[in-house]
Order: sequence, then C-alpha cells, then structure tokens
Amino acid sequence: MDRATVDATIRTLIEPFNKKEVTIAEETTFAGDLEFDSLTVMDFVAAIEDEFDIIISMNQQAEIEKYGQLVDAVFKSKDG
Amino acid sequence: MSEGTSTPDLFSKFDPLIEQRRALLEHGLTDPFSLVMEKVLSPTRAICNGRDTILLGTYNYMGMTFDPDVIEAGKQALTDFGTGTTGSRVLNGTYQGHKECEEALKEFYDMDHAMVFSTGYLANLGIISAIAGKGDYIVLDIDSHASIWDGCAMGNAEIVPFKHNDIEAMEKRLKRIPEGAGKLVVIEGVYSMLGDVAPLKEMVRIAKENGAMVLVDEAHSMGFIGKNGRGVVEDVDVMDDVDFIIGTFSKSVGTVGGFCVSNHPKFEIMRLVCRPYVFTASLPPSVVATAATSIRKLMHGSNKRAHLWENSRNLHQGLRDLGFQLGTEEAQSAIIAVIMPDLEKGAAMWEALLHEGLYVNLARPPATPANMTLLRCSLCAEHTEEEVRTILGMFERAGKAIGII
Repeated sequence: MDRATVDATIRTLIEPFNKKEVTIAEETTFAGDLEFDSLTVMDFVAAIEDEFDIIISMNQQAEIEKYGQLVDAVFKSKDG
Repeated sequence: MSEGTSTPDLFSKFDPLIEQRRALLEHGLTDPFSLVMEKVLSPTRAICNGRDTILLGTYNYMGMTFDPDVIEAGKQALTDFGTGTTGSRVLNGTYQGHKECEEALKEFYDMDHAMVFSTGYLANLGIISAIAGKGDYIVLDIDSHASIWDGCAMGNAEIVPFKHNDIEAMEKRLKRIPEGAGKLVVIEGVYSMLGDVAPLKEMVRIAKENGAMVLVDEAHSMGFIGKNGRGVVEDVDVMDDVDFIIGTFSKSVGTVGGFCVSNHPKFEIMRLVCRPYVFTASLPPSVVATAATSIRKLMHGSNKRAHLWENSRNLHQGLRDLGFQLGTEEAQSAIIAVIMPDLEKGAAMWEALLHEGLYVNLARPPATPANMTLLRCSLCAEHTEEEVRTILGMFERAGKAIGII
C-alpha cells in the first residue's frame, strides 16, 4: 500500500467526523482546525485502526497533531 | 518596567473552568463542590448546611463506618500504637496492624498475596506503572478511573484503549499487538459513573486466550457482589484467571487505603518496585485496625448484602417509574446514575434535592462518559426500605420543580 492510497482511505474515514467540512490538507490540525474533542478522537482512531488492522497507541497519538503526520504514521505501520 | 518581561500566569489555562463555575454560581446556586458536612449522624445521615440530610452519595455501601466493633478496634490501636507511623511501609512504617490487615485480605479473597497501599488511587498507580514497562502494552477500557489512567501515564508501556465494555473492540486490539510483547488488560468490575458492570466472563477469557495478564479493579463491588463479596470476578466465576485484583478501603470497608491481591508467585517483589508504595507514609495504625476488623466482618455480611440489593432494585424501579432516565436498564450495582439533560439543570436538581434533605453526587465532564451530567445515587445497606420511599418522594418533588419529569 503506497502513501497516496493510505491518504485516500483516511480522507474517506474522516468525512463523518469532519462536521464543519473543513478542507483537509497535510497541515490541517485535529485539535485546532477540525476541533476534535477526546471522544471524537477515540472514535476516529478506532475507525482507522479497524480499517488498516493496526494499533495507534495513545503514546503515538500524542505525537500526531496534523493530518499529514497521521498519514505518515499509518503508512509506516502498514509498511513496517 | 515590566513591559516585554511580563510573567506568564500559569493559571491562565484554568480560565475557561473558572468562567464556567462563575456562570453556574451567579444565579445563586449552592456550589455543588464545596459542601461541608457539619455533623455525621450515621452511615446514612448527616447535618449539611444545618439540615438533617439523607446521604445517598457516599461509597459507604455496607455501612461499616459506625460499626461498634470497627470503632473499638480503631480506638484500641490509637491507644496501643499511636496516631501514625511517620514512615514508609519498607522502612519503619510496617506495624503488626499492617500485616494483620494483609492477612485479613488474603483470607477474604482466598489469595496468596496481599499488599496494602495508603489509598486505592496509589494501588492502581503503583501496580500498573510497575508491572507494565517499556515495550509492554496496556489494553484498557476507555472509561477507566483516573487512577488507572494515571498509572498508565506514569509507566512507559504503550497505552491502547478500547470502547467501553466492548468485547470485540478489546479482542481486536489484543490480536494486533506485536508477537512477544507483554500484555496487561485492565478492566473494572463496576464502573462508578453509570454503575454498570463489565462483561468480565468473556473479557477475561479473551484476555487469557491472547496471552495477556489481567488486572481487575473491584473498588465498587467489594463486600456485596459475588457469593463472598469478592466482586464481579467471583460473581461470574473467573477469580482463578485474574492475575491482580485492586481494591480500596474507602468504600465498603469504610475507612481509607488501597490494596492489591494476587496469586502471582513473584508478587512480593512489588513491595520494592512500586514507587507509590515505597515513597509515601503507611496508613496510621487505627486505620489498618479498623480496615482489618471491617474486612473480617464483611466476610459474614450476607444479610446486609441482600438488603443492599433490595434497596438498589427498589430505587432503580422507583426512579424509572417516575420517568427519570437512568444509566443502566436494571440495577447492576449499588450505584444508580440519573442522567440530567445538562449541567445547569443537573446543578439545579442537585440543589433542590439538598433542600429536600437529600445528598447525591453531581458528576460532570470530564469525569463522566460521553460528556453527561449525572446525579449519582449510591445506596447503603443501612438505608431502610422506608428511607428509599422517602428518597423517591424527594426526587419526584425536585424533578417536577426543575422540570425534568
């Protein structure tokens, strides 16, 4: 799976959580731009984990602030 | 002079909370988080703001706080051993009473090892942070108590939460953990916000099948769930598959303190590696004496247990009939959570009940799941059937006055 495929899949997964229909870019932040609260983060992370069959631990989540970082982290998990 | 070198106020991060409190209290509401009990008359009654009040928001489930034998044991220990140990359990802070308390716990749970901490919070903090280290994984319920989360934060393990009480979500995450990594599953028997019980039978089985150790926090079940009051683990017959049970003395036992019991053959090493055990003062002699006496009495508390369950079912049914929205479909524990439409109505209802002469707990985010505001009622084995009827009358009047029912 290449990075573009991971990106496209996450873009689909984020739609139901993107209530304000913010345009998603690499630099889009989850807390600031998308205004995700902790409950939304939990559901969104669970959706990604189930789709890619990976774990994104809380420790990893703490390092992810921007959309692009999330794509990188998922890509790396699938790759490694 | 100060221009350009102004000191950032570290408290500015609390401004939103300060503002929310101010807005809530400006309408003349009693501050729900500053209540003082002037006099405590019994496990179920106190004088609050000069008024005789029924207590329906304590964790005094088995009503042990005024038990004459328990009080006598505490007085004797005060006389014989003094007011405090002034030392850590591993230095000068282990007295005869601490060992006797651990013996009582081993008998109560029929387990090989027991370790007493100064609070339940410290028990979770110490055990979880000590046993799950770098490269290990902790899989835990998202609605876990703050002490569990803080234990996770204090250690270096990878933290993987799953949706509350969701067996499938837990299993999926366990199966994704890299081969060879150490795994700890952390679950609570009873979740204290909604008073709901975990599907422990399935969860413990799945955890074991996937090579995980299991820690169950039974703080809100000790004394009255399970044939011998050992908790949900006993009720669903998984005691033998659980590696660690964490509990507290500040609920059914009726004093303060925490503990972990286990059959792990190497368990005693915990006394040297748990920092919240080593680097804090041990419990005062009177506290461990009251705890040991209370634990031994709880072993024979089957009548009280039965009455507590009657109270819980009666209150649940009664509130439901009145039209309140409750946290569980049926009474699953001694906690009945009444769901409020919002914080403002919840605070108003809390105050109206207090004026009626009833104390319940107001619980609000972030302590609550799904941002709910709850009025949490916790029953006591010493509440009479008549008191439960009185309580329902108070809820009816207050609920109508505030416009919730």
